[in-house]
Amino acid sequence: MIDVINLEKHFEDNKVLRGINVTIDRGDIVVVIGPSGSGKSTFLRCLNCMEDPTGGQIIFNGVDIADMKVDINVHRRHMGMVFQHFNLFNNKTVVQNIMLAPVHIRCQELKKVKRKNAWLKFANLFKGKDKKKELIPVSVTKAQIKQEARENAMSLLKRIGLEEKADVYPSTLSGGQKQRVAIVRSLAMNPDVILFDEPTSALDPEMVGEVLDLMKALAKEGMTMIIVTHEMGFAREVANKVLFIDEGQILESAPPKEFFENPKNPRLKEFLSKVLA
Amino acid sequence: MGNFAQKIDKFIEIFVSQNGYVRVLEGLKNTLYIAILGLVIGILIGTLIATVRVIPKYKVLPRILNGFCSFYVGLFRGTPIVVQLLVVYYVMLPLMGVRMSGVQVSVLVFGLNSAAYISEIMRSGILSVDHGQMEAGRAVGLSFGTTMMKIVIPQAVKNILPTLGNEFIALIKETSVVSFVGAADLYVAFNYIGSNSYEFMVPYLVMAIIYILIVLLISLGIKIMERSLRKSDRRH
Repeated sequence: MIDVINLEKHFEDNKVLRGINVTIDRGDIVVVIGPSGSGKSTFLRCLNCMEDPTGGQIIFNGVDIADMKVDINVHRRHMGMVFQHFNLFNNKTVVQNIMLAPVHIRCQELKKVKRKNAWLKFANLFKGKDKKKELIPVSVTKAQIKQEARENAMSLLKRIGLEEKADVYPSTLSGGQKQRVAIVRSLAMNPDVILFDEPTSALDPEMVGEVLDLMKALAKEGMTMIIVTHEMGFAREVANKVLFIDEGQILESAPPKEFFENPKNPRLKEFLSKVLA
Repeated sequence: MGNFAQKIDKFIEIFVSQNGYVRVLEGLKNTLYIAILGLVIGILIGTLIATVRVIPKYKVLPRILNGFCSFYVGLFRGTPIVVQLLVVYYVMLPLMGVRMSGVQVSVLVFGLNSAAYISEIMRSGILSVDHGQMEAGRAVGLSFGTTMMKIVIPQAVKNILPTLGNEFIALIKETSVVSFVGAADLYVAFNYIGSNSYEFMVPYLVMAIIYILIVLLISLGIKIMERSLRKSDRRH
């Protein structure tokens, strides 16, 4: 589903990514680990062009989204992203956070269709009777879109047990609750893949579990996930592929069992001996 | 003090029986009209300029727009408001062959002038919003403009509301120069009363009090607005 070909990212003279090649299939759960400053977060942020790649290609559903000419907004709707610091919209309530993008995008499409219809009607005035073009059928209204999005949001909130928090502002939630809402917010777009950028690193230890449990549940449902994390236990349990990135290159890529028990790269061996000690 | 009581009597006489109050009300209306409309224009254009100035500048078009906006801000911040009024009224309009009343010119100039200041206020407001908010908006597939409008600017406005209030107060006070282009504001009204009674002490005192009352009222309004906007924060 995602083919990364020779991905490079430079900040000025600093080469953060030096040619990354990886293929991610539908249903894959890829965990990316590596020492700090290795470029693993940059790699993840390049996947949805949050950072524009300096070179290389990212083929997502058959389109090279690293190409600046592509309308990246359209493709990002199929790629959820979960941030280390949650980044819930502070000026929106919890349920508005989840509804905002789906409602806005569907309303925009509705507007486009209506505009097209208005133009067709106008053009029809100047055409012969048999040449008139048919209008595009419009089956929903703005209110219906909102209603549907709200119902969907509420069912998602129910799933994480936060329905009663629907109408409060994010500032009143705990870190774990915020991160679960953030995950659900990206789910509301029905993405093909979700990118997790150190989703548990900013959490108090007792809240890490609830977020990881939600992620495990998603993994079981077959959601494609790419996760940058320091949770080695999670990687071992849930991932089906673990990548080790250091100095902007993938040094090892293996299923978790082999990755943790029989690492081949010397730098990975050293890294594991430090973090697993 | 008998002298002072006499002066007050004279003022009241002109204010009430010689229809001075009509001019004062007219002046008050013009003052508020210029300040409020100027503020609205300023906020609209200022927000636009601020947004242009925070667009990432990889491409050519944002760079050109940014250059233009910098020039605009520099121009309006670099000249006194009186000079701007005079130049627009006596130079630009005749050259373009457009006829506008003093009040209209004042609204235009005060709008454009406050836009320059408000754009800087708004820019600092936008920069004060965590960059993660923009990233989160972009990550769910919203465009830069939509994220700006729906997420970043509402939060920015909340942060800059006190400063924006200051700008409005400054605007109210600065309007006292619009008589330069023949707009009848509070100053013109009280000046009229004063010159008809050959007595300026009381009229100008009353004028000062009216200005203070307006400003106090605005400060109160801003406080109330601030409180209602803070409901998404925990601090109350």
